[in-house]
Amino acid sequence: MNGIKTGAEQTATLAQKQFQGRSIFRADVMQKLLAFASLILMFIIFTLASPNFANFDNIVGILLSTAVIGVLAVGTTFVIITSGIDLSIGTVMTFSSVMTGVFITYWKLPIPVGVAGGLVAGSLCGCFSGLLIANMKLPPFIATLGVMMISRGLSLVISGLKPIYFVDTPVFNKIAMGTVLGVPNAVLILFAAAIIASLILSRTVLGRYTYALGSNEEAARLSGVNVGAWKIAVYTLGGMFSGLAGVLMASRINSAQPALGAEYNLDAIAAVVIGGTSLSGGEGTILGTVIGAFIMTVLINGLRILSIPQEWQMVVTGGIVIMAVYLDIIRRR
Amino acid sequence: MEDTILKVEGIRKQFPGVLALDNVRLEVKRGEIHALVGENGAGKSTLMKILTGVYRKDAGKIEFKGKEVEIHDSKSSQEMGIGIVYQEFNLLPHLTVAQNIFIGREPRSFVRFILNENEINQKTRDLLDMIHLNLDPRTKVSSLTVARQQMVEIAKALSFNSEVLILDEPTAALSESEIEDLFRIIRKLRNNGVAIIYITHRIEELKQISDRVTVMRDGHYVDTVRTQDATMSQIISMMVGRVIYESSPEIPENASDETVLEVKNLNRGRVIKNVSFKLKKGEILGFAGLLGAGRTEVTRAIFGADPFDSGEIYVKGRKVNIKSPSDAVNLGIGYLSEDRKRYGVALGMNVEDNIVLAAFKKFLNYLGWVNRAKTRSATDNMIKLLSIRTPSLVQKVKNLSGGNQQKIIVGKWLTADTDILFFDEPTRGIDVGAKSEIYRLLNDLAAEGKSIIMISSELPEILRMSHRIIVMCEGRITGVLNPGEATQEKIMQFATKRE
Repeated sequence: MNGIKTGAEQTATLAQKQFQGRSIFRADVMQKLLAFASLILMFIIFTLASPNFANFDNIVGILLSTAVIGVLAVGTTFVIITSGIDLSIGTVMTFSSVMTGVFITYWKLPIPVGVAGGLVAGSLCGCFSGLLIANMKLPPFIATLGVMMISRGLSLVISGLKPIYFVDTPVFNKIAMGTVLGVPNAVLILFAAAIIASLILSRTVLGRYTYALGSNEEAARLSGVNVGAWKIAVYTLGGMFSGLAGVLMASRINSAQPALGAEYNLDAIAAVVIGGTSLSGGEGTILGTVIGAFIMTVLINGLRILSIPQEWQMVVTGGIVIMAVYLDIIRRR
Repeated sequence: MEDTILKVEGIRKQFPGVLALDNVRLEVKRGEIHALVGENGAGKSTLMKILTGVYRKDAGKIEFKGKEVEIHDSKSSQEMGIGIVYQEFNLLPHLTVAQNIFIGREPRSFVRFILNENEINQKTRDLLDMIHLNLDPRTKVSSLTVARQQMVEIAKALSFNSEVLILDEPTAALSESEIEDLFRIIRKLRNNGVAIIYITHRIEELKQISDRVTVMRDGHYVDTVRTQDATMSQIISMMVGRVIYESSPEIPENASDETVLEVKNLNRGRVIKNVSFKLKKGEILGFAGLLGAGRTEVTRAIFGADPFDSGEIYVKGRKVNIKSPSDAVNLGIGYLSEDRKRYGVALGMNVEDNIVLAAFKKFLNYLGWVNRAKTRSATDNMIKLLSIRTPSLVQKVKNLSGGNQQKIIVGKWLTADTDILFFDEPTRGIDVGAKSEIYRLLNDLAAEGKSIIMISSELPEILRMSHRIIVMCEGRITGVLNPGEATQEKIMQFATKRE
């Protein structure tokens, strides 16, 4: 009876497999190490290339700009893990900051209420996308493209094309720009948001179904998961993070700028993808996304410090995104 | 009988154009392994899908534990205590074993939206212990073998406290030793009082595993017998009924000695190991083996759909370097995928567009525009030649039956002037009548001098159709059988001959 393995042999090979499964060479661990290593490498290169890069003010600047794009990217990570996409995050962010401006500056509501209102505005946009996708069966790309245009238009209409300033409420500026031991609040808020998002993904029902939707939606449906409702929940959550990013943005520049935002959509999606979240769904982590967001901002900041013109910055950033995703594809083969 | 748990009578199910089930019955007792056999298209899977709430029955009644029940959806069937393991698994590859088993009904902690991961893992460990499966609940499903994934599906079905467990061709992708493991678990479940409905194509398994057998044919109930009272040939003749499968092969004899395709030492990672063979002009070369034996991979590699590591390919005596499917098509090779819907036809396009798809260049006029008159007449020819049943040329292909879709793909390759054709599971999901038409078509093509490689997992089909049979196992060719010497037993021996 050659060729038939004994039970013991089988157990042994299985044990081997499991061991390999838990080792450092696991694909997702590799991806994060790789991403983290490239972040460090980039940091070293820019430090050597320019004395202005590693100074305190510039690092605070990097941290601050990562806060906004990072919070956006964290929210989108949920959507992308379900194998969906949200093109409206940047403009929803702007819409939320305009609404926060309306609540606080125009309607003179207390700051906490205005902030909460901003979060609700973002959540509602996300919820609307979710309804379009889950109930009306629109492809996520189209649904969120529509919401992107709508939210952008509404921002301009509501603000009357003018920025809304928070001059009467100096405390509002402290939300992002206040510091704890020299670290801006915005950065602390990013880390808090990332930790909460990470816990939602790993510990809660919502997190479990986020992965399930991306892994095999039909199997989840046949197992009795209400896939439509959970999809709406995921997009709503993503919208809420956009709302948070909107509040941070408004607080940081002490005004709601209605024309801002569209370019943030793709930067945030790029951060998520660089961080190892698969556009085909089922896998991804918040830690990866945060690293991805830092890679994006360090890159943009470093290129600016080296006084590379903005138009060339775009070209380089695009190249880096393509390279990161291509490396990921090679690694998966 | 007092210990009957499930009784089904007079079931009827109509699909557009097909009466899938007509007056079907089935009666299963507690603690028995009840085999359900029949050819493809006999209606076994449709019946099971009615029991599990995927389809609604058009007529008939279902009694569960003596009470008449209506099964509205898969949830109500699960809650009632009917579990099923489908042939195509419904697992979430990115999630762990435990997460898969409890998907949709995760144990929660005291805060309702937080998962209790310890409890999920502990409960899973208990379930796995019950079926003696030594597996860490935290293992990702994508890293498991097919056999293990199946065990996970069984554990999942049992976790609903199923009293009826349906297994749909559970051994189709398993090796001998894995089948032994599976049978041990099935017997243990039976001894615990679970009723098991066991769907299989492998007649030789019936004696080993089943207590009773119900035979279905063409959507009808034929008979139920005690396995020990019946001989295998009796069961086969009940399945076949009016002879659809003639026992003797009906292949044309004019396979010439001219080699049109030769493959030497083809290798690709662990899926293709040192594969060499020759295909002659006018020959139908059967590729047999279990699922995952590497048959599809070999044809895809030759066709240029997948890269390979090493090996040489000769077409009509000339060494060729096929880098992509378009190279293969230019050399006259056509490939008919096992997964028609994904790789074979453009479902949303019409008959005409599909037929001319691979040969567009032939139909361009001097301006580079498509000459509609030419494409139309080419399509008309194919429709007549292959007797494709379609109301018109502009019918969308998704509205046609599986058999007609298959013929359209054949038509596409014939229009593209290919004369080496790879048929991967050509009759999968096609009903019995259309099957024999496909067989006739294959024979006609071979008789005209086309050379055919036919991959099939159905042994009777392979035996009936092939001039020669190559058997693969784990990426290697383990046997070549000439006409006359091939039997189902010999093929199975080679197909399970592991290193």
